[in-house]
Amino acid sequence: MKNDLELLGRQVGWEQRSYWRNPAAAGFSFVFPILIMVIFATTNGNGKIAELGNISYTQYYIPAIVAFGIMGVTFTNLAITVTFKREAGTLKRVRGAPLPSWIYLGGLIGNSIVVGILLTALVIAFGIIAYGVSIPGNIAALVVTLAVGAACFCAMGLAVTTVVPNADAAPAIVNLVFFPLLFISGTFFPISKGSVLTKIAGVFPVRHFITGTFAAFDPHAHSSLRGGDLLVMVGWGAVAMLVANRRFRWEASTT
Amino acid sequence: MAVAVAVDGLRKSYGTVEAVKGVTFSIEEGEVFALLGPNGAGKTTIVEILEGYRKRSAGTVEVLGMDPEKSSRRLKERIGIVLQESTTEPYLTVEEVLRQRTYWYPNPSNVDDVIALVGLEEKRRARLRTLSGGQQRRLDLALGLIGNPDLIFLDEPTTGFDPSARRASWVIIRNLCSLGKTVLLTTHYMDEAQHLANRVAVISGGVFVAEGTPDSLGGRNQAAVHIRFSLPDGITVHDLPIPARPDAAAGDVVIETQEPTAALARLTGWAVERRLELPGLSVTRPTLEDVYLELAGDPTDGAAADTTKATATTKATGTTKVTDATKAAS
Repeated sequence: MKNDLELLGRQVGWEQRSYWRNPAAAGFSFVFPILIMVIFATTNGNGKIAELGNISYTQYYIPAIVAFGIMGVTFTNLAITVTFKREAGTLKRVRGAPLPSWIYLGGLIGNSIVVGILLTALVIAFGIIAYGVSIPGNIAALVVTLAVGAACFCAMGLAVTTVVPNADAAPAIVNLVFFPLLFISGTFFPISKGSVLTKIAGVFPVRHFITGTFAAFDPHAHSSLRGGDLLVMVGWGAVAMLVANRRFRWEASTT
Repeated sequence: MAVAVAVDGLRKSYGTVEAVKGVTFSIEEGEVFALLGPNGAGKTTIVEILEGYRKRSAGTVEVLGMDPEKSSRRLKERIGIVLQESTTEPYLTVEEVLRQRTYWYPNPSNVDDVIALVGLEEKRRARLRTLSGGQQRRLDLALGLIGNPDLIFLDEPTTGFDPSARRASWVIIRNLCSLGKTVLLTTHYMDEAQHLANRVAVISGGVFVAEGTPDSLGGRNQAAVHIRFSLPDGITVHDLPIPARPDAAAGDVVIETQEPTAALARLTGWAVERRLELPGLSVTRPTLEDVYLELAGDPTDGAAADTTKATATTKATGTTKVTDATKAAS
């Protein structure tokens, strides 16, 4: 077991090396959220959000970008990377090698998590230094929320590969699922609580990840840990894990 | 010699289509065994069952004494797989991707040795996405070897190569054999099987239609030898000292004989006496290609209708030829 954990560590290392050398992957999942943050924070720099007790726009917006970034490096990045590797025959090759499957997938997931942690630290630091966002009062609550979110979206990323037929379709399908949800879930601007959109978004985990993360930054929040949000994410994560476990494919479909 | 691969009565169906219809063979340690057949004959299906990628429908299979269907880590540590098509990490270098895999195996080969063996020294620091098709295939071979396997599966290792690249690969594969590795090779090139394999099985329509050493395959060593030449001016077939028949397609004449030495002596003696030159004189046995086209060309009409019978005959020829092969090897 010790050897397997060491092997997992090494796999994460190789995936990291590979990730930072791939401008498309690193650009899309790492640079993109930072770019979005700068653009939105600049255009709405001094705005206040009345509905959330007149907090500054960035106080809401930074945690939303943190969640967005983590979803990007877990859900989007994993779904597209794994589909590409499946269609290119990389997964099949790994399947024929003695490396246990869980260690290989663990390497990919570990890579997403490392990138996610870097991105989170960068966005929060940026928020504090450049936009005067106040530091979340309860760091532990923030960490728990982010960890639950990351796990949920990793599982969803693997699950979604089971419905993507080929590599060409991967970015289209993944973003088609992801972007509308991002918008109606209030990633880029808060959406009023009673609206129909919010009710729809409430079914899916994206909104819960954002509200959960925001709670840790919300100066008016009763609690920085929102159990309901966590529960929804755990539920989606568990279902995704079941789907991935049952239907995951290691080879391109031959048809 | 121990047996590396033992297959008995292997069958595989995809839905209602039976891709492998009862195949029996075994491969001894250190042997290079080639599965030769046209596309869609069932070669890859058989190999992928042995590699543990597919489940068989019937029959027994043992690879290094283990059942590949159980997909055990212990078995995978001892086999090397070179797939027909697959890529690895495009952003890692040749050296990195091999180094990475040394951690996957308990007793890996040396990275430098493997790079040298496949001739990729100049590309060791190149990222995989920059490799040419031929270099990529050589890397595939290196990836199959890095675990220092006892048994190597090569699925059409030179398909799409130009002639010189193929020759280069053959040298590499022969080097492997000299290391005492057991190799299972699939190919649809007759010359490749002839060059590399100790033993060849021709597969067509999911059954073995012949099995033996490349030299004896299909009774090639006993078949009539062809003496060919063009008729000199003013000479007809009837003037020749031994019976010959004109071959209109090739534009020359053919003498078929079981005693080529005697026939040749009579023919050339006769020609020298008359101060005749026999243009294009050649002596040939049927090539493996001739045998192969005859065996595989017609996708077993009989076998499709009557699988049992075809399998029975295959088994019969298989047994006799295996004896031949053992003799030849010893």
